[in-house]
Amino acid sequence: MTLTATRPADSPPARTTPVRTPKPATPAAATSTDDASTRHTPEAFTTPPVSTEHTTSISDLLSPEELEAFGAEMDAIREKVIASLGDEDAAYIRRIVKWQRGFEVAGRALFYVPPAWPLAVASLSISKILDNMEIGHNVMHGQYDWMGDPGLSSRMFEWDTMAPAENWKYGHNYLHHTFTNIVGKDRDIGYGILRMDDDQKWRPHHLLNPVNAFLLMVFFEWGVALHDLEVENIASGERGWAETKPVLRRIRRKMGRQVLKDYVLFPALTGPLFPLTFAGNAVANLVRNIWAFNIIFCGHFPTGVATFSMEETENETRAQWYVRQLLGSANITGSELFHVLSGNLSHQIEHHLFPDIPARRYPQVAAEVREACERYGLPYNTGSLGHQLGSVFRKIGRLALPPRRGR
Amino acid sequence: MPVCGSSRMDLTCQETTHVFIMSVNSYSLNPKEVTMSVVQSLLRSPVVTALASPHGIDRYLEIVNPLWAAHEVRARVVDVTRETRAGAPVTTLRLRPSNTWRGHRAGQHVQLGIELGTARRLTRAFSISSPESGPGDDITITVRAREEGAVSAHLAELARPGALVHLGQAEGEFTLPEPLPSRLILISAGSGITPVMSMVRTLMRRGYGGTITFLHYARSAQHQIFADEIATLPPNVHVHLVHTRAGGERFTRDALARLVPDFADVDTFACGPAGLIETVQEAYAGSDRLRVEYFRVPSAASGDAEGTITFSRSGTRVANSGATILEQAEAAGLTPEFGCRMGICFTCTARKPEGAVRNVVNGEENAMPDDDIRICVNAPVGDCTVDL
Ligand SMILES: Cc1cc2nc3c(=O)[nH]c(=O)nc-3n(C[C@H](O)[C@H](O)[C@H](O)COP(=O)(O)OP(=O)(O)OC[C@H]3O[C@@H](n4cnc5c(N)ncnc54)[C@H](O)[C@@H]3O)c2cc1C
Ligand code: FES
Repeated sequence: MTLTATRPADSPPARTTPVRTPKPATPAAATSTDDASTRHTPEAFTTPPVSTEHTTSISDLLSPEELEAFGAEMDAIREKVIASLGDEDAAYIRRIVKWQRGFEVAGRALFYVPPAWPLAVASLSISKILDNMEIGHNVMHGQYDWMGDPGLSSRMFEWDTMAPAENWKYGHNYLHHTFTNIVGKDRDIGYGILRMDDDQKWRPHHLLNPVNAFLLMVFFEWGVALHDLEVENIASGERGWAETKPVLRRIRRKMGRQVLKDYVLFPALTGPLFPLTFAGNAVANLVRNIWAFNIIFCGHFPTGVATFSMEETENETRAQWYVRQLLGSANITGSELFHVLSGNLSHQIEHHLFPDIPARRYPQVAAEVREACERYGLPYNTGSLGHQLGSVFRKIGRLALPPRRGR
Repeated sequence: MPVCGSSRMDLTCQETTHVFIMSVNSYSLNPKEVTMSVVQSLLRSPVVTALASPHGIDRYLEIVNPLWAAHEVRARVVDVTRETRAGAPVTTLRLRPSNTWRGHRAGQHVQLGIELGTARRLTRAFSISSPESGPGDDITITVRAREEGAVSAHLAELARPGALVHLGQAEGEFTLPEPLPSRLILISAGSGITPVMSMVRTLMRRGYGGTITFLHYARSAQHQIFADEIATLPPNVHVHLVHTRAGGERFTRDALARLVPDFADVDTFACGPAGLIETVQEAYAGSDRLRVEYFRVPSAASGDAEGTITFSRSGTRVANSGATILEQAEAAGLTPEFGCRMGICFTCTARKPEGAVRNVVNGEENAMPDDDIRICVNAPVGDCTVDL
């Protein structure tokens, strides 16, 4: 495990000595990780340089008994929620779906009223955000499969974005959620384009890290769709044409449908207002792209989030898996509305611990999880959107540059 | 109308008449129905489909009115009739489907989903007991309340007119051959009478002139479903009701041979508990004239099961009992999703990373790694891992 917080994460480039500030997780670490303080405290500059990579493992944080006890507590939280699933959860998600459909229909309709254009765009943007985040992402995790409603079934749901559900579920539910933050296995670390972890080997194209991050943000829905092609694995020969063909076919079909409705049919239906509607739909998609990108990047990339090596996660127990999910994720604080619009991915930690319980339960279990973390002395990474984003952007910038001497 | 000679000819005539009546009906559509069908074709048009992508137009219509749909079928219960006077309640529900219902052939079943509370929808298969239907026609299902049966007890005891149910389209190959043969044998027991009754009603409505031997087993006269209607069937239907509690003899090959000596050469439809079906199958010794319908998969548990099942997602391992994977998972405390428990709805599909399984309905074995299997009809053969 590599706790990036233990590095002089965002040290000023002018510094010449590679200074490391090992700050192993202590019981007090169950507070928001504030890399800024680490960076600017005098100790940070006076701590003797540590030349070898600071790695620690889950066993440094918890004894085997503590580890098992922690795992059992997480299991207990999960069972409690599963046993209490019912009408309220169903009513909640159906209400959100109604709102989403309402915003969508209102947005499409308001394009007929040119002065209401900004309202139409806002309405459609909210619809797409709700559809992708609180509904799509969560439904496709199987959070509502217990309801037996085909409209809310992870098998059947398709979302209003370029990535076909079937491709995405494999890449996300299986690869990302199983191998969370294992460098070399979790393809979501940098999405194959960005360098987001020190353990990713630096290459010259990483100099473009900030530019690429910006482009990924703007074209996020396209990026997410193409991500499932696993281009890097095709290039390395790990993935053949036979596996890629159906993935590509699904992408083409879905993109075709999305483009047809947003950029041809709905604009055409507004007749002379075609260009306005076309632009409005594009902006709504862009707003959703920016929002989703920012929320998602705050989930695993803020400073303080740990990454893992393949060796240390071999033969992992369920309890170790829980701890890895905890250490590999970060939360964002905010209002209730903010949580809904983020699809409750603002509770990334709870989401990674319990990916298949309805997201509206995350805020409820967060208190228990956090309390348990405090007792076990495990870090619980949370902060405001501004704070987490700042930390992510600094990382994107820092990792654009090659590692300095001593690494 | 031509005068028909032989009984087989007679059937063909009836067919023609039936089609004729149907077409007369479609010419006498009232203006409201015409508007409806125009709206329907519009809603199903490629343009609307493209505009409503990816969710589909039904996901928007249902928010306005649960019975509005362009593709899915939903129905309201319009009538509820109690069928029996003893034993577990058996109830016939008349359903008025949305006009997306495409109709059914006698003997087919339908997946029916109900919401218990507001949250959980449970889906089960039910044979349609009413005669063959056309698009938009009412249908009936007849349900026996099973002990602790979540869906059946609710439908048989609590369903009231006005209740909303979700339907699939009719499915199943347990249907009458076309053209109709001059002789038929129908064998059923208990609530297994439902698809058979749909056949009898269809044949009567079509004016079938051939001979039907109808052998039905019920516990007693009080348990007998559809008793009044059966009592009024015409003489070409040879009805043999056996009431087992009143000393009636259970099904045997000899009993059938006494009624129809060449039974194995006659088109036969049998529906009932696995025990009955097994005996009937033995009697027919592989004759392709026999068609059977199960309400429940035959129990697969056998004494000589070996190996271990690993439920990989929950990290549970149990010794293989030989029962279906679904049953073994439930016995191990897991709660996998299921619908029909019959291998027809695919709700229970799970990935099998490794191991061999046998389909308990048709005996097929499958040892392909990473295959998606229906756990309700597959039992492990030796060691096996399933993603549950
Ligand atoms: C093709 C087909 C047609 C069917 N047609 C009819 C029909 O016309 N009328 C009708 O009443 N039912 C019919 N069934 C059975 C029906 O689908 C349900 O299985 C049954 O109603 C029990 O469901 P439940 O939710 O009430 O029971 P569950 O809550 O699922 O189970 C309760 C208990 O009943 C047992 N059980 C479940 N299913 C059966 C079964 N089929 N037979 C005996 N015990 C069972 C379970 O093991 C459990 O112990 C049909 C099934 C199939 C596959
Ligand atoms: S439960 Fe329907 S196929 Fe298995």
